Amino acid sequence: MSLLDRPSQTLSSGGMTLRQAWGVAGLLAAAVLTWLVFAVWPEWLNAILISKKAFVSAILNGITLAGLYFLVASGFTLIFGLMRNVNLAHGSLYLLGAYIGYEVTNRTGYWLLGVAAGFAVLAIVGVVMQVFVFRRLEGDDLRQTLVSIGISIVAADLMLAVWAGGTYQITTPEWLDGALTLPVITAVRSNGVSVFLTYPLYRVVVLAAAIVIGVGLWLMLHKTRVGMMIRAGVDDRAMLQASGVNVHAVFAIVFAVGAGLAGFAGVVGGSALSVAPGEDVRYLLASLVVVIVGGMGSITGAAIGALLIGLAEQIGLVYFPTYGIVLTFVIMVVTLAIRPQGIMGKAR
Amino acid sequence: MSLAIATNNAATQRNWLEKLGPGHIILGTALVLYPLVASDFFLTQIGGYSLIFGMLGLSLMLLAGYGGMVSLAQITVAGISAYAIAILGNNNSNVLGFGWPWWLAVPFAVVAAALASALIGWISVRTEGIYTIMITLAIATATYYFAQQNYAIFNGHSGYAGIRAPVFWGVNWRDARPFYYLCLGLSVLSYAGVLYGSRSTFGMTLQAIRDNPRRMRALGYHVTAHKVFAWLLAGVIAGLAGVLLVWFNGRVSPGTIGVDAAIDVLIIAVIGGLRHPIGPFLGALVVVLMQTFAIDIVGAERFNTLIGLVFLVIVFVSPDGILGLWGRIKPHLAQESLRPGP
Repeated sequence: MSLLDRPSQTLSSGGMTLRQAWGVAGLLAAAVLTWLVFAVWPEWLNAILISKKAFVSAILNGITLAGLYFLVASGFTLIFGLMRNVNLAHGSLYLLGAYIGYEVTNRTGYWLLGVAAGFAVLAIVGVVMQVFVFRRLEGDDLRQTLVSIGISIVAADLMLAVWAGGTYQITTPEWLDGALTLPVITAVRSNGVSVFLTYPLYRVVVLAAAIVIGVGLWLMLHKTRVGMMIRAGVDDRAMLQASGVNVHAVFAIVFAVGAGLAGFAGVVGGSALSVAPGEDVRYLLASLVVVIVGGMGSITGAAIGALLIGLAEQIGLVYFPTYGIVLTFVIMVVTLAIRPQGIMGKAR
Repeated sequence: MSLAIATNNAATQRNWLEKLGPGHIILGTALVLYPLVASDFFLTQIGGYSLIFGMLGLSLMLLAGYGGMVSLAQITVAGISAYAIAILGNNNSNVLGFGWPWWLAVPFAVVAAALASALIGWISVRTEGIYTIMITLAIATATYYFAQQNYAIFNGHSGYAGIRAPVFWGVNWRDARPFYYLCLGLSVLSYAGVLYGSRSTFGMTLQAIRDNPRRMRALGYHVTAHKVFAWLLAGVIAGLAGVLLVWFNGRVSPGTIGVDAAIDVLIIAVIGGLRHPIGPFLGALVVVLMQTFAIDIVGAERFNTLIGLVFLVIVFVSPDGILGLWGRIKPHLAQESLRPGP
């Protein structure tokens, strides 16, 4: 063994290890990004990247979109990680949540009530789906997937019947309207006055909510008893069952949380963007790609994947409009080529 | 051809007929004679359309049944050949349209589809099992959005229109009867090819890989190469179906390769059954008949609910589709007929 160790020792004594090199590269990238965001851009940079405003807005939009994607994909990845259940009706859950949020907000006038209803109703729908449909097909993941496709077809058609093909916008309360002035100078006017970047407050709140929920999920998974059971189930379901844990109760909890998060994301996303038929497919695709890139069953992976895809989508939208989707696609293919199980996924 | 040779061959001839089986002979005769009784509508809208979607289902059946890889990207592959026909041949959308003759455009389109299919396969066989369905769905959806956004290649939302089927040997191949026979011919060719291929060395190896990839790898087989080759073959069938589809519709747009269409192909294959190559054609016939006539019962609005529910029932009741149902009923029927009459 000592013979084998020698080359790496000489390498590390000569310079730095691979890990250190990555760290330095990461720091450099962070420094460049910080400079790009806070410095006043010289002319040549504006010429390359259109304008500072476009660039920083694309980054911010990418990050907030990533927050939304994370909310949708975290449920998807949890459900898959624990139950081996590829729930292709996940996009339908998002859209249903958005419609319910719209109805409740519209009737009661309280946006927060709409958000709560979106979460609660979809959590119940999730439990019902798990108990009455997926439990019957346990252990047969192909049939579970086929059933979830069937459910998504019927759900999309019924939602079209109830809410028709129109586009809805969930009205956000007044205290969430308005814009935030960020300490980012986009340009300096000829009279020497700096122009600061303004950004919609609502989107910042969405991002904050995603971060809070992400941290909450992580804490739930790593610090509570239920979380311990879920993680144990992801690793070895049969062993968890043999230890006397009621796995069906754990499954129901995970499905409730996952579907509820999709509904929550539906209301939040429906307020930021819009609610219309076809959104279900869009968010299903987003969850699929986020989870393929990030790794199945990993919350951290979902966060990383969402950040990558959200940024790629928004930057693509600004810099190569009609080829933006290709960027997302390339990220997916490269990940699969280098690390088939996803960035944070465990090899099975 | 002298008479002597014909009689000498009689023994092998009968042998060949026996190999074909009575089921195939009856079915084949019925399909060949079908235009004698069917109207133009039944020939193309039911017959031709079912055969085209049957071929698409067949390409999925080849992958899923023999390779254990359930793909949702078959319509994407067909769409690539359809777009290739529109771009290489003539269209009246004033975008691209190189005006190649059909005998040059069709092989190119099919080869492009096969290569695209192999590429999709190569990407998705890096993972196993249920991942394939996710990755192919992601690819299909991404391609749909790309086709919708991109105007330089795909002409965006409107796609291409005014694509005509070729006219040669004095026949306009988009006329009802020639088109039906064209679809039938290509379907039979693909069907026979898949049936023959499944019993070939390659087919056997593929099925063994489906059942136990680790063991096959240990035995020295190149698992990935076999799987990717299966994708290539499926791509040829889907590509041919794509050519027929674009001749049939006369147009191709992102809607042709949308997620709904991708799922339709899966529904067709699953309803028909994934165990035997005849399944997808059965499934296609059932779905096309439902699409055409169920509208009178439930209305065009709620058709998707109906087909979704039928799909759910099939998945719950009979995982092997209609073929599976038949396989379950058949033994009972045989027993009934064995019982002594009253």
